[in-house]
Amino acid sequence: MPESGFTIIDDGAFADFEFEARGKRIEDLFVNCARALFTALTDLDSIRPILSIEFTVEGTTNEDLLFAFLSELIFIKDTRKVFLGEFLLKFETDNRLYCLCRGESIDRERHVIKTDVKAATYHKLKISKSGDLYVTRVILDL
Amino acid sequence: MEKIRIDDYTWEIPREAKPGMKVPARLIASQKIIDELDQGVIDQITNVACLPGIRRYALCMPDGHRGYGFPIGGVAAFGVDDGIISPGGIGFDINCGVRLIRTNLKADEVVPKLRQLIDTIFKLVPSGVGSTGIVKLNNREFDQLMSEGVSWCREKGYAWESDVELTEQRGRIPGADPQFVSAKARERGFDQVGTLGSGNHYLEIQKAEFDPECDRKVAVAMGISEPGQITIMVHCGSRGFGHQIGTDYLQSFGAAMKKYGIQTNDRELACAPFKSPEGQAYYGAMACAANTAFVNRQVITHRIREAFAAVFGRNAEDMGMHLIYDVAHNIAKIEEYEIDGELQKLVVHRKGATRAFGPGSPDLPDKYKQIGQPVLVGGSMQTESYLLVGTARANELTFASTLHGAGRTMSRAAAMKKIHGARLREEMEKQGIMIRTVSLKGLAEEAGFAYKNVESVVSTVHNLGISRKVARLKPLANIKG
Repeated sequence: MPESGFTIIDDGAFADFEFEARGKRIEDLFVNCARALFTALTDLDSIRPILSIEFTVEGTTNEDLLFAFLSELIFIKDTRKVFLGEFLLKFETDNRLYCLCRGESIDRERHVIKTDVKAATYHKLKISKSGDLYVTRVILDL
Repeated sequence: MEKIRIDDYTWEIPREAKPGMKVPARLIASQKIIDELDQGVIDQITNVACLPGIRRYALCMPDGHRGYGFPIGGVAAFGVDDGIISPGGIGFDINCGVRLIRTNLKADEVVPKLRQLIDTIFKLVPSGVGSTGIVKLNNREFDQLMSEGVSWCREKGYAWESDVELTEQRGRIPGADPQFVSAKARERGFDQVGTLGSGNHYLEIQKAEFDPECDRKVAVAMGISEPGQITIMVHCGSRGFGHQIGTDYLQSFGAAMKKYGIQTNDRELACAPFKSPEGQAYYGAMACAANTAFVNRQVITHRIREAFAAVFGRNAEDMGMHLIYDVAHNIAKIEEYEIDGELQKLVVHRKGATRAFGPGSPDLPDKYKQIGQPVLVGGSMQTESYLLVGTARANELTFASTLHGAGRTMSRAAAMKKIHGARLREEMEKQGIMIRTVSLKGLAEEAGFAYKNVESVVSTVHNLGISRKVARLKPLANIKG
């Protein structure tokens, strides 16, 4: 039985970065997706929780919420020039998700720089339940 | 799915192959390319054939590979009155494209100074995650930049007069309307003008070579007269600005699809009628991103000219550093084609495909009216690129479109498993390709073996006649973001 976490898929969409994420709660699933996103960008373990950023996203379905959540993280990465490694999520209503993220400014001397992420995609994006875990596959455009 | 052979380089998947197909799908490929084609491409191009208002065929070029929504290499044209516009048919990196700069310099003059040259360019052209550019803008200036394109650069001293002429559509897509650009897209884009980006984006110093099939007369007309002549190729797009516009409209088109009763086989094919308020808003924003991408490549060109001037102690004009051309390969354009004996205005989507107008096209600058449009094909960082020329046959067969690159055959993750970045750099340096990169891990993803054979995809379009070979461009040094 797969555990909560994420796995990078290497036989998927060719030009892009595809991963499968799993979580006991929707919030855990989203956190694992965020961790996969920043793994595409750098080594997750190298990101120190020095600064905090809060935001909320809205969406009528879990898939819309996930797309909005990942898109917001990509926006923050570009505009604040940060890598984020810790994520605390809480549903304010069924359609509104609050996020507190921690990370630090991108430092080319210290962080391994991998490939930039342009966008999250809706390609075959579907959140389903497998046993007691929520599971999804996400493709990021690099 | 059954593939019917139309000729040596064209394969058709009939309408009956999938419920909902409005036109057949056509794949431009040699026998070898078709035999090795990923089934995902066929699923995706037949999904495109189901979209409202599509004309003739949904097409995929020989460098085609699986993307999201449309395949990369996809070309589809829709009626302006009954058709749609789809952000997924353009890609998040709006007006990702290629430009080629010529020089009077020869390889033997440049090679001894190559290290100094790429170190200087690497300093002047920021690249990789989190980089910021030299152009400082306020909101009003950003509006002007995204509305005017390369002409804006001319006023600011970043462009020569001839650069405007020698950019696709004079570096300005009409209909750009900043009111349809979100505050978030502005915030993400305003400090990235003049940056190379990451992934498969690169800046390359090359030397020209000629295959026997290359048209040397056309090469001379384009400014390449002999083997060993140095050219510079830039491959990048609209950076975070375009990516955010793509993201914004992909989200809002979900509601538009419900409103207009459009259903697609993949959410990434989200679209809206071209003439609807939503379709027009996206077109206005997409044109802003496209113009910003032209500006981005132009500002990078300005910095390249500065770098060459500093290293060789001569001015860029003396070194003949003129633009050969600049092409967009992720874009939707309004163009006219004859369909069933009637001239129709169409929204031509090219996602990883290049416009390839033949001789006589009114959109071409005077310099290329007689010979056809230069087509720039970026190979992988380890292999050659090509300069081709557009043909009348492309106008007839493929909505004046051709390939854009080599086309991936392997995922990035799989390529990284096969080779370490440092090892690849060593291999490339042995082959005579000097490398500067922000990301060695990212370099491994771009290894030549992760791509189709560029010669074989280029020969396919040459043999079909939708573009012709002009010159082969061998990499000497590559800067990768």
